[in-house]
Amino acid sequence: MTIAPKPSFVLSRRHLLGIEGLSHQDISGLLDLSEEFVELNRQVEKKRASLRGRTQINLFFEVSTRTQASFELAGKRLGADVMNMSTSSSSMRKGETLIDTAITLNAMHPDIIVVRHHASGAVELLARKVDCSVINAGDGSHEHPTQALLDALTIRRNKGHIDGLLVAICGDILHSRVARSNIILLNAMGARVRVVAPSTLLPPGIERFGVEVARDMREGLADADIVMMLRLQRERMNGSYVPSMSEYFQYYGLDEKKLAYAKPGALVMHPGPMNRGVEIDSIVADGAQSLIREQVEMGVAVRMAVLEALSRNLPNA
Amino acid sequence: MLSDRHPILLANARIVDPSRDLDIVGDLLIAEGTIREAKKGIGAAGVPEGTEVIDCRGKLVAPGLIDMRAFIGEPGEASRETLASASQAAAAGGVTTVICQPDTSPAIDNPATVDYVLRRARDNAIVHVHPMAAITKGLEGKEMTEIGLLKAAGAVAFTDGAKSVANAQVMRRALTYAGDFDAMIVHHTEDPNLIGDGVMNEGEFAARLGLLGIPKAAETVMFERDVRLVALAGGRYHAASVTCADTLEVLRAAKDAGLSITASASINHVTLNENDIGPYRTFLKLAPPLRMEDDRKALVEALRTGLVDVVMSDHNPQDVETKRLPFAEAAPGAIGLETMLTAGLRLVHSDEIDLMALLRAMSTRPAELLGLPGGTLKNGAPADVIVVDMDLPWVLNPNDLKSKCKNTPFDEARLTGRVVRTIVSGRTVYEYI
Repeated sequence: MTIAPKPSFVLSRRHLLGIEGLSHQDISGLLDLSEEFVELNRQVEKKRASLRGRTQINLFFEVSTRTQASFELAGKRLGADVMNMSTSSSSMRKGETLIDTAITLNAMHPDIIVVRHHASGAVELLARKVDCSVINAGDGSHEHPTQALLDALTIRRNKGHIDGLLVAICGDILHSRVARSNIILLNAMGARVRVVAPSTLLPPGIERFGVEVARDMREGLADADIVMMLRLQRERMNGSYVPSMSEYFQYYGLDEKKLAYAKPGALVMHPGPMNRGVEIDSIVADGAQSLIREQVEMGVAVRMAVLEALSRNLPNA
Repeated sequence: MLSDRHPILLANARIVDPSRDLDIVGDLLIAEGTIREAKKGIGAAGVPEGTEVIDCRGKLVAPGLIDMRAFIGEPGEASRETLASASQAAAAGGVTTVICQPDTSPAIDNPATVDYVLRRARDNAIVHVHPMAAITKGLEGKEMTEIGLLKAAGAVAFTDGAKSVANAQVMRRALTYAGDFDAMIVHHTEDPNLIGDGVMNEGEFAARLGLLGIPKAAETVMFERDVRLVALAGGRYHAASVTCADTLEVLRAAKDAGLSITASASINHVTLNENDIGPYRTFLKLAPPLRMEDDRKALVEALRTGLVDVVMSDHNPQDVETKRLPFAEAAPGAIGLETMLTAGLRLVHSDEIDLMALLRAMSTRPAELLGLPGGTLKNGAPADVIVVDMDLPWVLNPNDLKSKCKNTPFDEARLTGRVVRTIVSGRTVYEYI
């Protein structure tokens, strides 16, 4: 599939703090732009100069491997100077210093700050204190917009479209920013969304998000075109949300048997990192229906598209 | 302090006295720290020599407000609020009596600390201040405080402040023992385990913000338990801050059953709902949390009918370091002494509640419950009086607030009506010109 480059596409906002508020057009525009970068990333010469002279700071208050690496690579391939800061390597170990950190970094004149924080709303708070563009790389249980965009890109490339598909999002919906961003995006793009989880891992009020709700995998995966698994964090499995890892896998872990409840050939996704044998069986994760590795590839392209789109909007551009 | 006290005539006022359902146009004469008379034509009949005659031009004259729940940082956290700064804020808001809470450092859990607070207030505060003392030592929910001695020292009621006494046996004993001294137990009804890691009302809005919710049941469960314990142990009991319709049903049943149970609602919960949190506004992070619009409406209705007895400010100063944080990490609480009345007038202007009911809940009822002499304009009552311009439009600028902290949920809000004069014991302590 060849998509014509659209150099005119501009995201008409300074920050990307969430999928909430993005229009169908914004999302399509970003996905189209991402397609260009997918091609670029497969070439030997992967560099562009559109962010040359720009400074990008990756500010990670929460550990991350793939998101941080993906943003770093995306910035470098667009020619930006990229600096990584994470809690393990600096003084910003506590929430109290979030605003001070923002003010300090702002004084260094960055053009784009990419932020991940363990508290919902923290990225928005930081964005109010800086003059540059801010990209949310995940805030608490709130949003993770670039993950939803890369998931959408992966789906669109494999299915040719998003509208009309039935996407089942399974697992820890309650604590998942990936689920929230995906629900908003997939609804905006006309997909049917179903969430599947034990009731303890569903946020009260979820039925008002425009999703179908299922409490078991057989009902939840019926007719699904896409099965999107979420990571279950181990600290949730101490008996307060689910009784044990093995019981969770028994009822909600995606194995070949449960995958068979979905539409034949249904595609499997996971934002990573995976707990093999907890929410997903290795045979499924590495199987022919899995898009998990492709998601990682799309991640770099989508982040390049977001950086590029926001940079077209920066002052003096 | 009272040396400049002279007689004051508040002339041509709309005089509203909820203690006797009085709503007349007339004059109010104050002399020697007490109310002499409220009726038509006092000015025309002649006033004593040296009387300051103030033409109110139809403005409201009412009893000074009694705020049953204000958190003040003395002793221990004077950077948040002192008795002096709180009393300035109170005077500006028409509050002539502040009931301060025992969550201080150290806690107000022994007679010496009650005495300290009373002395500090006497020397520094421009309004009356009475402390509530702790129910349990160190607010730990384990051992009962010296309720008899504390009451004798001047504690007007007993509460563990923003903490709940989770242990039912401790609460039972406190109710039983306090009953012997006719001491009122005031309880923050939130089950700490059901609160868990929750930071706002549980429901769709919390889910959208990615914040963990606090179910309404956290309040109702604890309140229902308390109702059973009052039935068992007797005693006078007051729910410190009710927020939701379910609790009101339980409250109604308890009152119908003849139990000595009363309740307060905070000005925040009767004027705001969870949607006001908007994009993670930490000034609207409260404990208990703001609820839904249906709950707010039910609270206002309960206030109108008297089911909810009292409206209090829940004044809780928090500085920048505890509020300029991600929502989940920010401290709960909002200041309210200065805005309680003007926020309440929103309800009057929108015809949700009549002025008499609002003023009763802010003055007469708290006085009755705490056994204080204010909350009335009857002859001989203490001259704690406010003059209010009901229709004055203004915009709240946080920098104008007297409170040391500026965490007001009415930041930049457009308001109608404000206190223009506050008189405490016959002396003008605040005037808005």
